[in-house]
Amino acid sequence: MTQIEFLNIVMPFKDKVFRLAKRLLVSREEAEDATQEVLLRLWNNKKKIQEYKNVEAFSMTMTKNFCFDKLKSKQAQNLKIVHSNYEDGNTPLQKQIELNDSVDWVSKIIEELPEQQKMIIQLRDIEEYDFDEIAKMLDMNNTAVRVNLSRARKTIREKLTNTHNYGVK
Amino acid sequence: MVLNNIEKLLEKYENGETTLKEEQQLKHYFSQETVAPHLEVYKPMFAYFLVNKQEQFTKDIPLKTKRTFNYKWISVAAVAVLMLGFYFNQPDNSCEEDLLGTFCEPEQALNEVTRSLAMISSHFNKGASTVNYLNEVNKGTATLGYLNEIENTTSIIFKN
Repeated sequence: MTQIEFLNIVMPFKDKVFRLAKRLLVSREEAEDATQEVLLRLWNNKKKIQEYKNVEAFSMTMTKNFCFDKLKSKQAQNLKIVHSNYEDGNTPLQKQIELNDSVDWVSKIIEELPEQQKMIIQLRDIEEYDFDEIAKMLDMNNTAVRVNLSRARKTIREKLTNTHNYGVK
Repeated sequence: MVLNNIEKLLEKYENGETTLKEEQQLKHYFSQETVAPHLEVYKPMFAYFLVNKQEQFTKDIPLKTKRTFNYKWISVAAVAVLMLGFYFNQPDNSCEEDLLGTFCEPEQALNEVTRSLAMISSHFNKGASTVNYLNEVNKGTATLGYLNEIENTTSIIFKN
C-alpha cells in the first residue's frame, strides 16, 4: 500500500480521531500526539488494514484505548492538572459574549462528565455516528449507549440551566 | 407548530431516542439567531457541538516508509559470498609449468611417468639383487645343520 492510498483511507476520519483524543486528553498538544501515534500505528500495520471491516471504527477504538492508557499513566505520575474549578463570576455584557461564555461552559460541563459519557457525547452529538457504530467502537451494547447518552445529555442540560439562571433566580 | 415539534424532539433527544436526522433538525433549529426564550438554555449546547465539529487535525503525519530490514536477504547475501569464494578458489585449468610434477601435454606426462617408473624398477631390481646375498646366509645355516647331526651322534655315543 502506498502513502497516497493510506492517506485516502485515513483522511476522512483523522479529524474525528483528533477530536475524540482531545475530548479525552483535554490538551490540544497531547491530542495531536495521540492522533499521530494512532495514525502511525495504522501505517505500520498497513498490511492488515484490508482485513479490517471498518477501519474508521477500528481507529476510534484504538484512539479510545490509547487515550485511556495515557490517562492512566498520567494518573500514576500524579501530574494531573485540574483547571475545571475555574469560575467566571462576571456578568456577560453582550449577547455574543454571553453565548461564547456559555459555549465555554458546555465544554467545561462535558469535561466533568465520566469518561464513558464524554466519549458517547463526542461520538454521537459531534461526530454523528449511529448507535450501532458507537456500540461497536466502545465495545458496549446498544441500550447501554442510549442510557449513557441520555444521562449525559440530561446532566449537560441541568448544569446549563443552573449556570444560565445563575444570578437570575 | 414548529415549536411544539421541537419541544417534542428535545424530550426524545434527552432520552437518547432521537435519530440522527431528528438531531440534525434540532441542530438546525438552534443555530438560528432567535430561539424561543425558554429553550435558550439549549442554544450553547448545540452551538458547541457545531463549533467543535470544525476543529481539525493540522499536524502532519510523518509517514516514513520504514525500511523494514528483511533478514532473509542476509542469508541470500551470505550464500552469494560463499559461492563467489568457491568460484575464485577453484583451481583454474590453465597450465603452470613451474609447479612441481605438472605437465601441460598428456604425452609428455606419460613419457615422464614411464621414465620414472622405469627408474624405480631398475633401482628396485638393484636392491633386490643385493638381497640375494641373504640366500648365502641361508646356505650357511643349512651347513650348520650338519653340526646338529654331529651333536646327535655324539650324544648317542656318550649315552652308551
